[in-house]
Amino acid sequence: MKTTFLLNGETVTAETPPTATLLDWLRLNQHLTGTKEGCNEGDCGACTVMVQDENGPRALNACILFMPQIAGKAVRTVEGIRANDGALHPVQQAMVDHHGSQCGFCTPGFIASMATAHATGATDFDDRLAGNLCRCTGYAPIIRAAEAAVDAPVPDWVGVDRAALAALPSDPELPRSSDELAAILTAAPDTRIIAGGTDVGLWVTKQMRDLGPVVFLHACKDLQQITVTDTDMHVGAGVTVETLREAIAPHYPSFAEMLRRYGSTQVRSAATIGGNIANGSPIGDSPPALIALGTQLHLRQGDTRRTIALEDFFIDYGKQDRQLGEFVEGITLPLGAPDLKVYKISKRFDQDISALCGAFNITVQEGVVASARIAFGGMAGIPKRASTVEKALIGQPWTMDTITVARDAWAQDFTPLSDMRASADYRLEVARNLLTRYYAETQGTPTTVLEVEL
Amino acid sequence: MSVHRPTPHDSARLHVTGAARYVDDIPTPAGCLHLAFGQSTIAHGTITAMDLTAVRASEGVVAVLTADDLPHANDVSPSIHDEPLLATGTVHYVGQPLFAVVATSHTAARKAARLADVTYDAKPAILTIEEAMAANSRFEEGPRVYTRGDASGAIDASAHVIDGVIDMGGQEHFYLEGQAALALPQDDGDMVVHSSTQHPSEIQHKVADALGLPMHGVKVEVRRMGGGFGGKESQGNALAVACAVAASLTGKPCKMRYDRDDDMVITGKRHDFRISYRAGFDDAGHVQGIEFVHYTRCGWAQDLSLPVADRAMLHADNAYLFENIRIESHRLRTNTQSATAFRGFGGPQGIVGVERVMDQIAHHLGLDPLEVRKVNYYAEMESADGGLSAPRAAAPLPPESNLPKKKQVTPYGQEVTDFVLHGLTTDLAARCDYEARRLAVAEWNAGSPVLKRGIAITPVKFGISFTLSHLNQAGALVHVYQDGSVALNHGGTEMGQGLYQKVAQVASGVFGIGLEQVRLTATDTSKVPNTSATAASSGSDLNGMAVLAACEALRARMADHLAAVRQSDPADVVFEGGLVRVGADEMTFAAAAKECYEGRVSLSATGFYKTPDISWDRIKGDGRPFYYFAYGAACSEVVIDTLTGEYKVLRTDILHDAGRSLNPALDIGQIEGGFVQGAGWLTTEELVWDDKGRLRTHAPSTYKIPAASDRPKVFNVALFEGDNPEATIHRSKAVGEPPFCLGISVLMALSDAVAACGAAYPALDAPATPERVLKAVMRVRGDA
Repeated sequence: MKTTFLLNGETVTAETPPTATLLDWLRLNQHLTGTKEGCNEGDCGACTVMVQDENGPRALNACILFMPQIAGKAVRTVEGIRANDGALHPVQQAMVDHHGSQCGFCTPGFIASMATAHATGATDFDDRLAGNLCRCTGYAPIIRAAEAAVDAPVPDWVGVDRAALAALPSDPELPRSSDELAAILTAAPDTRIIAGGTDVGLWVTKQMRDLGPVVFLHACKDLQQITVTDTDMHVGAGVTVETLREAIAPHYPSFAEMLRRYGSTQVRSAATIGGNIANGSPIGDSPPALIALGTQLHLRQGDTRRTIALEDFFIDYGKQDRQLGEFVEGITLPLGAPDLKVYKISKRFDQDISALCGAFNITVQEGVVASARIAFGGMAGIPKRASTVEKALIGQPWTMDTITVARDAWAQDFTPLSDMRASADYRLEVARNLLTRYYAETQGTPTTVLEVEL
Repeated sequence: MSVHRPTPHDSARLHVTGAARYVDDIPTPAGCLHLAFGQSTIAHGTITAMDLTAVRASEGVVAVLTADDLPHANDVSPSIHDEPLLATGTVHYVGQPLFAVVATSHTAARKAARLADVTYDAKPAILTIEEAMAANSRFEEGPRVYTRGDASGAIDASAHVIDGVIDMGGQEHFYLEGQAALALPQDDGDMVVHSSTQHPSEIQHKVADALGLPMHGVKVEVRRMGGGFGGKESQGNALAVACAVAASLTGKPCKMRYDRDDDMVITGKRHDFRISYRAGFDDAGHVQGIEFVHYTRCGWAQDLSLPVADRAMLHADNAYLFENIRIESHRLRTNTQSATAFRGFGGPQGIVGVERVMDQIAHHLGLDPLEVRKVNYYAEMESADGGLSAPRAAAPLPPESNLPKKKQVTPYGQEVTDFVLHGLTTDLAARCDYEARRLAVAEWNAGSPVLKRGIAITPVKFGISFTLSHLNQAGALVHVYQDGSVALNHGGTEMGQGLYQKVAQVASGVFGIGLEQVRLTATDTSKVPNTSATAASSGSDLNGMAVLAACEALRARMADHLAAVRQSDPADVVFEGGLVRVGADEMTFAAAAKECYEGRVSLSATGFYKTPDISWDRIKGDGRPFYYFAYGAACSEVVIDTLTGEYKVLRTDILHDAGRSLNPALDIGQIEGGFVQGAGWLTTEELVWDDKGRLRTHAPSTYKIPAASDRPKVFNVALFEGDNPEATIHRSKAVGEPPFCLGISVLMALSDAVAACGAAYPALDAPATPERVLKAVMRVRGDA
């Protein structure tokens, strides 16, 4: 497959198999060895590059970025971040001045993430750099460097790249609408759909799988729309988690806060909401929140469309209600559930897969539980509602006694597993305790360690 | 003079522009081949058949090597030759290399390596401490025991006695650059190897044995590593040897780098420990007698486990004088990765053991743990005039150290003469307002039902020197060129710690020239022979002194010549500010070099250093293993969520003793980084093996090192000002490993927060994941 894009300011065309990664192409074909392979699965950020399209610059992990995904975009590697005259980018100079590198292996990835944050004016550096692991410095000098560079002007090349995008040819091999995608999948129903590639990428880099025929949906602009009405929000399957986070924050701050921790900036900027649902993972973080809200899922096969409750999509572990050739087109989630709380529990706060993730959508009227939708990931083979717990709450007074009485119901809803993330006992105990946390929050009791300041 | 100045890392500019080269970045000659290992899928058993047909047939495969194909030694062990490069019949852990695929690309090799059809006769695997103890599966004939006084009798005679057990997990190094090697065949069968290793001489040795060559036939070069942390002291041997053998057999350059998952599954990690203890003490918490039993899982091969377990014993006292102590150490052989060196080399584990005891004593007596720690401290060092004082500390001494003191002797017979922790701890406590904050925490907790805060100060006293005494040596080679530029070479390797920069600062100081005139060249076994690993925090202590010796020899030669020409006294020749002054004459250093060259003065010199005054009998546990001690203390405050066990480090203050720092910026970098790495070990970094011996946490998706937001929200790090009383390089102290142990303050702060939930002692194990914290909360509340 041919991919034409801007590489460090120059137009290039690469001819590769569709599942060749940008990282391998940079290092092996271009001998641009500044970009490093640290983990080859998008978890360490050593391979971070800046990718710019009409929506502006994003930091992405090159190790799980397939070449067609950068068609028509501008890529900057660490080699292309300083000025043409050799002057260091402000974040590069700050990293030298603040002793932000020790072994230096993670540094190019940090530079790419920092330059991207700098170009977009972002200053929430702990979040912007959550996907860049450093084993030497303890991060303190890196954050100092990022802060020191905030006020320096953005280099000209950021705008020059942006302006040059229009002249790039569009890739004829990529479907550009859901209609084109539907046609491809009708003709070849076993075609593998690749959206952000943050999951499928690992099938290639870690499982060494041959994916067979693939189709990329990142050029389908109509799948990237978010439409808001008075009562609900429609989100296209191709909307990235980062875009959803920004859109949903005014409506559901707790959901947005969970999405902040859903993955690193690099992962959120690539991963799509459709992919997070369609892969059917029992530990995907968006389904519990969406199920608790009563989200509808829109599926399409050819010209046939159907809509089901999202919770019905997940049938069993590894089994979803999706036919061959059918794809997720989007979701509709209700607005107006102000008490929604989403709790993600993991060993590390940032860039970690949940041991469990719980969403509570409970309405209390005049001191009595009027409705309750509670859904969890990590507690079963699929994202699943706590139906027995919901029943134990509905109609009861909203008191600690009610929650205590409901403690036994949890084991009827869930029989979690023990694995490397947590034991079954811990998962069940914490699931119960999260209802207590929800209650405590309604009583104004501080429950979040992240909000404690000295 | 650039010594003691906070200059940036010599490669900083290369790092930030992506121009710093690591092994996988070196341009390779055409036809370079790539290797990957096929690995054992069971923990223990004999191979009954290994069908490699599909591997050989896989696209791009050039050759497949098994143990039978190796021409000479099949051995990559750094110690007792118990570690074959490729398995010979019996497999000992999941991940053990069975065969090596040689292919045209890294991906082709990895793909092919999975296609083997191996059948095993599985045998019972020994995975846990209990299983190993039951089977008496161990290295050495039995436990090592160090004793001083009568621990058992003293405990029994004490007013108070506690006992307990703490488990602490191992740790994956997670150097960002995985293991890598590149072998380039040379004239007459010789081999050049580029390796990401802390120990080039050992790579040279192992490659020479594998190729049947004398050591002079192998040259190993290391410019830099993308992190080491001990994980590249011995674990790079397999890749370098495999590449060298494949290069020798094929005549082609051969390269190998582990994919991250392979790296984590194949290579050794920090030793996990269980430490059981019993202590007797008085009403003030002063320990009368103490006993420790260390159990450590060493994995399947001995590697460096004996000195690691020794060092854990040597740090069982940490900062505390124990007249009656017994330490018993079991080095258990298990069917898991062969545990290896990791920053601290057993020291942190030993220290965690005694810090747990101090914490529990304080809890038992209802005292501030810091008071209990101070009561047990060694006495402060004596000043030069023989009086008791703390010459390096601004803060006044606590009154108890004005009392006539007993001889300050460690459990292993070394006198402690340089102790500074009384002053240092007092200074730290004042800087971070410890006492007021401790009260504030208690008050806050009283009004917070769900969240609880905790605070703790922990000290470190860390012994500096290799305990295998003969390793405490270093060599250097220095050239002055006729243009006044200086090239330095030494046996130390650069893994990010800034060793090259520190050593360059030393050289620039001797010649009085700018750093830009000094070039450190890649560590190279053909320039400086018989080097020790860059390990045990010794890099700048040893290599700095060796370079100093070489530079001073050269400067003396230059001074002799320049003075002789001018009928002046060599002692009056001054090298300063890029100039050389001889009497009334002044010239640039470059002009001086040219004049010496033309005067036929040898402008190349070697330097050598061996650490003085050390001797050690590791079987008896007696002697002076350490040239000196490095000290530090940290205060950490945390908050925990008693519903989930989640926590956050709110603030950490550190005061650390780097002697007269060679480079304060680099040293503070080591302290900040070491602390976060140490805190990671004890909090989120959890290694999980399943009941088949398979490591389930073999990638960063499941093994969680600290991320940016995990560093303390408030993080104050300062250097404790002063000279090393021993004559180290410019009176500095080693700084690589000691600050790692300051992460223990986080574990103890978590324990303090959990203790706020109920009456029982938290007995928090490590890593203190949210799950373990919640479990401890439930235990102290009586819910568990």
